[in-house]
Amino acid sequence: MLELNKDNFEAEVLQTEGTVLVDFWGSKCEPCKALMPDVERLAEQYGDKIKICKLNTTDNRRLAISQKVLGLPTFIIYKNGERIKEISGAENCTPDAIEALIKENI
Amino acid sequence: MSKIYDVAIVGGGPAGLSAGLYASRSKLSSIIIEKGKWGGQAATTEELENYPGSIEHPTGPKLMDRMKAQAEAFGTEFVKDEVTGFELSEDIKRIRLSNGEIQARTIIIATGAQPMLLGAPGEMELRGKGVSYCATCDADFFTELEVVVVGGGDAAVEEAIYLTRFAEKVTIVHRRDEFRAAKSIVAKAMENEKIDIIWNTVVEEIYGDGIVEGVKLKNAQTGEVTDFRTDGVFVFVGTKPIAEFAKGVVDMNEKGYILGDEEMRTSAEGVYVAGDVRVKSLRQVITAAADGAIAATTAERYIEEKFHKLKR
Ligand SMILES: Cc1cc2nc3c(=O)[nH]c(=O)nc-3n(C[C@H](O)[C@H](O)[C@H](O)COP(=O)(O)OP(=O)(O)OC[C@H]3O[C@@H](n4cnc5c(N)ncnc54)[C@H](O)[C@@H]3O)c2cc1C
Repeated sequence: MLELNKDNFEAEVLQTEGTVLVDFWGSKCEPCKALMPDVERLAEQYGDKIKICKLNTTDNRRLAISQKVLGLPTFIIYKNGERIKEISGAENCTPDAIEALIKENI
Repeated sequence: MSKIYDVAIVGGGPAGLSAGLYASRSKLSSIIIEKGKWGGQAATTEELENYPGSIEHPTGPKLMDRMKAQAEAFGTEFVKDEVTGFELSEDIKRIRLSNGEIQARTIIIATGAQPMLLGAPGEMELRGKGVSYCATCDADFFTELEVVVVGGGDAAVEEAIYLTRFAEKVTIVHRRDEFRAAKSIVAKAMENEKIDIIWNTVVEEIYGDGIVEGVKLKNAQTGEVTDFRTDGVFVFVGTKPIAEFAKGVVDMNEKGYILGDEEMRTSAEGVYVAGDVRVKSLRQVITAAADGAIAATTAERYIEEKFHKLKR
């Protein structure tokens, strides 16, 4: 799964044709870390239809805030660089909900 | 999968993990089903100073890692899935999962609790954009910024203290004129120069254009509403039980907490309850762990009597 940072976010997400899902996570966010294996699995499963990437907000705080993300876990769908849909919070970001988010947008 | 477990434990927080430890130590086959993160709520707090023996490394995630490893060492199995319901029969109980089914002789429900919402306008819209229910998850974002903490119990005051490691200023807004939190924690908060407290006040509204910009505060005595600028709002106003999936199977009180007796028996035979999801007065890691131990022991006795299982 592609790791985003401040140097590649613009090119890989905002300037990209097609659909991108970004997993905003953090080093101290236990729910985020618990979700990661499921996200890796979904990235494998849907990798040919949607680009799934992750962004460590602990190392990229300003970038996350620029995307108006101030809470974890958060998953955002971008289509042709435009943000389309998002889910946030440990109760809402279940593996099933993330998969549904992907399916709705491919 | 046709394996029949002695004990199926729903929820992998401190209650479930200690139930697993006690069950597997008694040579019962046991499995814990967890839908989210191992360690439950306890894995989301850094400040965990009141669990005996955890003074050296008093963080929730570390303590919970050790609890899980200990249950695992004695043979408890773990599965990541969500329990959606039960089918109970005398001998074998079926536990329905999102992706399958598990069969067991007994069930321990240890599904814990989740944060209660404030119920203020703006809260839902600004979730993940400055409204938070998890300080360890989100504190980072507020480095050198200002945040409001809503609530007056242990969790609110402890997490406010934790947040001062990041935020420039932390303002606790509490609807009463004193905290419910333990005296020692309150004293620590009072001494902390980064913490301000606004008493007798409720958050009427959270507002902001895309991210939190401030809150409207209402004085509970005078009714006066004031504007308060802030970058984040952390809500710790109590918890509610996670027990929807067990409705109609076991008896609950009016708030949806499951009723259990001293031995953790519920109204359904062979079904036990442990931890925060149970009707009780002190919801903490230590009482959750104690409940789990008792529930597993009661399950063991039941299995021995009911199934004449010869052991050892
Ligand atoms: C911010 C905060 C700070 C705290 N600080 C302290 C402290 O300092 N000291 C202290 O002693 N206590 C503290 N507590 C309280 C303590 O965390 C809880 O009392 C304890 O975690 C309860 O344990 P439990 O196992 O009953 O439930 P939980 O920890 O809530 O675990 C239940 C688990 O069950 C899972 N689950 C729920 N439904 C299902 C389902 N249908 N299928 C599968 N799995 C399911 C959940 O995902 C969860 O992981 C704090 C709580 C919070 C929120």
